[in-house]
Amino acid sequence: MKLSAVGGINPPTAFPPTTMHTKRRYSDLLPALIFLLPGLILFVLFFLGPMLYSLQISFFEWKIVHPDQSLFVGFRNYQRALSDSIFQRAILNTLAYTVVTVSVKMILGLGVALLLNQNFPGRTFFRVAYYLPVITSWVIVSLLFEYMFNGQAGLVNYILKDILRLIPKDVLWFADPILTLVPIVLLDIWKGIGWVAIIFLAGLQTIPVELYEAACVDGADALAQLRYITWPLLGPTTVFLVVVLVIGGLNAYVPFQLMTNGGDPMDLTHSVLTLMYEATFGRIDFGYGAAISYLLTVFVFIVSLIELRLMRQQAA
Amino acid sequence: MKTKPQRNLGTLLRIVILILGLGLVLLPIWYMVITSFKPQTMIFELPPRLWPQMWTLKNYIAALGKDHFGLYFLNSSKVAIASTLLTVLISSMLAFVFARLRFPGKEFLFYIFLLGMMVPPVMLIIPQFIVAKWLSLFNHLGLILVYTTMNISMQTFLLRGVFENVPRDLEEAALIDGAGPWTIFWGIILPLSWPGISVVIINTFLYSWEEFAWANVAIKNASQRTLPIGIALFQSEHLTEWGQVFAASLVALIPVLIIFIIFQRHFVQGISTTGLKG
Repeated sequence: MKLSAVGGINPPTAFPPTTMHTKRRYSDLLPALIFLLPGLILFVLFFLGPMLYSLQISFFEWKIVHPDQSLFVGFRNYQRALSDSIFQRAILNTLAYTVVTVSVKMILGLGVALLLNQNFPGRTFFRVAYYLPVITSWVIVSLLFEYMFNGQAGLVNYILKDILRLIPKDVLWFADPILTLVPIVLLDIWKGIGWVAIIFLAGLQTIPVELYEAACVDGADALAQLRYITWPLLGPTTVFLVVVLVIGGLNAYVPFQLMTNGGDPMDLTHSVLTLMYEATFGRIDFGYGAAISYLLTVFVFIVSLIELRLMRQQAA
Repeated sequence: MKTKPQRNLGTLLRIVILILGLGLVLLPIWYMVITSFKPQTMIFELPPRLWPQMWTLKNYIAALGKDHFGLYFLNSSKVAIASTLLTVLISSMLAFVFARLRFPGKEFLFYIFLLGMMVPPVMLIIPQFIVAKWLSLFNHLGLILVYTTMNISMQTFLLRGVFENVPRDLEEAALIDGAGPWTIFWGIILPLSWPGISVVIINTFLYSWEEFAWANVAIKNASQRTLPIGIALFQSEHLTEWGQVFAASLVALIPVLIIFIIFQRHFVQGISTTGLKG
């Protein structure tokens, strides 16, 4: 796929034709190999190798203690997953989570970036403060949101019931399969806005000020400037963000695992990866777990391709 | 053009909105901070207070004295610093190859490396476990190598963008003087790429400091545990002692905060240099 479309990075051009041209030709391969070697060894050993190995596992009823006694079952693990209602529910949860979190983060992140992209007192302070949730750890903030959404004396229930008077009685957030998704989604949005804003901000800073000055002279108001200058010029940044955020959303794991204890209540709140983790390490069904993760990987790959294609068309 | 009072009003409005937003962003963190200073009897008080009636340091003393917290902290520091240094070195070498050198199959190899951005890390745990067992790597070295590998793809992708934006004039001059690729990489490209490298340092340190899933599977020996494992275990053993859990969590956030404050000066500029430009 053509990832050079992402982030507007130019495809690597060869050295410009100079007098050095012919001399460089034979001298590049050896240094390239030396520079590549450490990374390549690690990548093959801990990424590529494991990836192929788990592809193999996905076609077996895998015996972890005696791998040589594993039973080849073809595509049966994949068929089982696709017809399993718990898996379908996990896909639905993951998709809903991804669509909601990505769109809200994009909109609010752009808003924050636009607000921060100007010289005013305290700008650095705001930048660091808005980025603070990004550098907290998933384990810690998952526990924190669990505490805040506590059913009896939680802060959120108190605000909704006693201050805003929006609900008549305390809500048991983690007892209902739909309501459980609320804290999980809010956590991701809260933790992710700062990152989206910083990336947008970096994009905004490369837009020449002269364009806005010219637009001002022509009498374009702020909205028109946003529509005709900022938005189109942020195109590559937007593509990069959407692709990376969707990949991250579909791969959601830690907040689901910690806040639902892996699927509570009644296996209705799994994300695809918590289900995979449970199948693998809970039920020691390695083949099934591997099949689920391959289904997810293929899906992520296809979605990323479609996103890149659609957005390039739009840009053209 | 806008008049001056209009502009001042705009700035004021901008700051007011930013402060309101900041309130929402900081509320959970503030709540964590004050809970860590509340005595255990007030953890589930009604109404929940955003300013405790009684302040206490008991949670910090209890949490930090318990379960080898200091040891876990050292372990995490060791692992995170080593992973970060190794990732910066290896990713920048790879990125240099993809940005500057020429050989057949380069594009293909680059896309293979990019696969690392798409595959869920959790899915690799089973086979990684088998590889680690084969190489006797259920220790800190194992964590460092796996963290580096899981970061390589994204950081190489970012650094390739950075290196491509370094002007070529300097290298051309160095080439004519007979400089080899190592001199160009070490002497020209790296020193000019500090903002981009700051971004890589923040990303990698954060990842290695908070990684949970792999450390949970790979570390058997209690004395080698890292902080996230320590904190999660602590929470499951002391279910309702939220004050202590948050005290430990906040101390665990300090190193990340320090790294971020040191390198944030270059952060926005650094992301711009990765080529994510408009």
